[in-house]
Amino acid sequence: MSEIHFWEMASKSWLNFLIFLCGLAVGFVLCSQLFSILLGEQDDTQPKILHNDPHDGHSDDNGEYHLKGQMDFNADASQHKDENTDIADNLYEKVKILCWVMTGPQNLEKKAKHVKATWAKRCNKVLFMSSEEDKAFPAVGLETREGRDQLYWKTIKAFQYVHDHYLEDADWFMKADDDTYVILDNLRWLLSKHSPEEPIYFGRRFKPYVKQGYMSGGAGYVLSKEALKRFVDAFKTEKCTHSSSIEDLALGRCMETINVEAGDSRDTIGKETFHPFVPEHHLIKGFLPKTFWYWNYNYYPPVEGPGCCSDLAVSFHYVDPTTMYELEYLVYHLRPYGYLYRYQPALPENIRKEISQAYKNEDPK
Amino acid sequence: MHFKSHSGKMLSESSSFLKGMMLGSIFCALITMLGHIKIGNGNKMYHHEHHHLQAPNKEDILKISEKERMELSKSFRVYCIILVKPKDVSLWAAVKETWTKHCDKAEFFSSEKVKVFESINMETDDMWLMMRKAYKYAFDKYRDHYNWFFLARPSTFAIIENLKYFLLRKDPSQPFYLGHAIKSGDLDYVNVEGGIVLSIESMKRLNKLLSFPEKCSEQGGMIWKISEDKQLAVCLKNAGVRAENAEDSQGKDIFNTKSVGLFIKEAMANKPNQVVEGCCSDMAVTFNGLTPNQMHVMMYGVYRLRAFGHIFTDALVFLPPNVSDND
Repeated sequence: MSEIHFWEMASKSWLNFLIFLCGLAVGFVLCSQLFSILLGEQDDTQPKILHNDPHDGHSDDNGEYHLKGQMDFNADASQHKDENTDIADNLYEKVKILCWVMTGPQNLEKKAKHVKATWAKRCNKVLFMSSEEDKAFPAVGLETREGRDQLYWKTIKAFQYVHDHYLEDADWFMKADDDTYVILDNLRWLLSKHSPEEPIYFGRRFKPYVKQGYMSGGAGYVLSKEALKRFVDAFKTEKCTHSSSIEDLALGRCMETINVEAGDSRDTIGKETFHPFVPEHHLIKGFLPKTFWYWNYNYYPPVEGPGCCSDLAVSFHYVDPTTMYELEYLVYHLRPYGYLYRYQPALPENIRKEISQAYKNEDPK
Repeated sequence: MHFKSHSGKMLSESSSFLKGMMLGSIFCALITMLGHIKIGNGNKMYHHEHHHLQAPNKEDILKISEKERMELSKSFRVYCIILVKPKDVSLWAAVKETWTKHCDKAEFFSSEKVKVFESINMETDDMWLMMRKAYKYAFDKYRDHYNWFFLARPSTFAIIENLKYFLLRKDPSQPFYLGHAIKSGDLDYVNVEGGIVLSIESMKRLNKLLSFPEKCSEQGGMIWKISEDKQLAVCLKNAGVRAENAEDSQGKDIFNTKSVGLFIKEAMANKPNQVVEGCCSDMAVTFNGLTPNQMHVMMYGVYRLRAFGHIFTDALVFLPPNVSDND
């Protein structure tokens, strides 16, 4: 009898003990919640990862999403609060550029991805051209093979595709490689002095083989709307054919045939803007050996050292992924505060008139 | 009878529960208090021991009048000390041709006389002795001409304009000792690889102590050598000057001991969707670990290459140096 009683007592104590433990747990949890509310959580001292970049104002589509002079204040606003992009924004609307980037299935993730993450978003429209379609990236499939000998085929088909689908969406049509870094703002400044109705194209001008010269493929080149129309037309009428696999030379020959002028892309003090190599190769005297082909190819007198490159450079080539981001940082982020740059080029006349007109029309605040 | 025993059981059960709750709450309170003090200290040790000096915000700057801005730009006089050794000669050449042209005055202090370049001979191979002598030389000669003293190694690239911007509103009569600050045990020190900034007041205090070996010994470490930047921190600490980490308005370091390329590579690995945003400050003052070629590229990238149509209204104005073709 006492044994049963004993077990009864024991089980009751066990039960009590368990209940006690539950109470302990509940009390602990409730109290810790209370404390965390009262004391508030310590703020993360890490700089907030920025979700929006003010330079990401332009979507991949037809510039519909362009935020004119508007800043996304969730972005790293304080660094760019002193920044006024009115002129750049104005040029974005005035000088519409469609960029197409020559790439391939093997390079979408390796190279094209970094183009997409950096300068491509500043084009009014950007297309990645590959031999096969990739809906996810997205990349247009040109239905060619891959390889250096296919470059001219890809170029012809790419321009045809752009002509057939996007002719009216842009004024200028830029070709670049997936290892070219392009500064669109400077390209717009260069092109703003010309009309898209002119039969002209710009790039880094080389002199051999073609009387008026031709443009380096890797440094990128840009065709006016008229030039694009004539180029595509020339293949329909067989004025031009796939005469060689050397893309830039063959294109240059065709341009000459169809009377599209090889333009002078140098800045107002004669410095080159399109560059076939990375800055280091141009800036360092003696980097490119004197026997290198480059010295004999340049249409204008080639310069090494600081005189090589315009402050308003448009492109660099053989840019690896790391250097893409470095250039992006140097051009669009890092700057010397308060520094009065030596080279102060004028605004294009028509843009200047427009902006002063806009200010006149504004109500005095 | 049954009911009574039932309620009795319930009563004992609920009292156990309540007792448990009370004990749990007390435990929790104790642990939270202890933990908070511990964590609080921990945070303090890792983040707030260095009193973080922040760069001024735009709002603060707009309060300065036009005239004041011109005066201000000229009021920053930065003297640059670059400590070099013969093996550094190619970096020395690059540094000489690039960023040091933007110091109000820059002088090279070498361990020994070098044929190719002019320098002030410290006649010692020991970095700490070189540093001491350089600071003494600079203070004795230039105390009335410069109010900020920036010391760097030739592997560092500096943007003096951004240094001046950062120093805006900082009173040099206060003892400032700034740069990329690190904690080593008990000692906060500024890493020489990111560059060291001293205000004139700190220079004054340091120079007073240089002649007191107990306060500022020439022979820091007893068993093994202590790096010169730590030795400097010890002396300055004895002079009542504490190291401070310099950051921009977003908390990013502006003095860097790594190169841009290294930051980018790290960001590509760790934050692949925010590589440039996560990299470095727009107002960075220094990067370190550059090759001579990279110095020339930085010169072009910082002082020349830019995007047309992006205009900045800055509170200070700095003119390009005379007789220079790469900026």
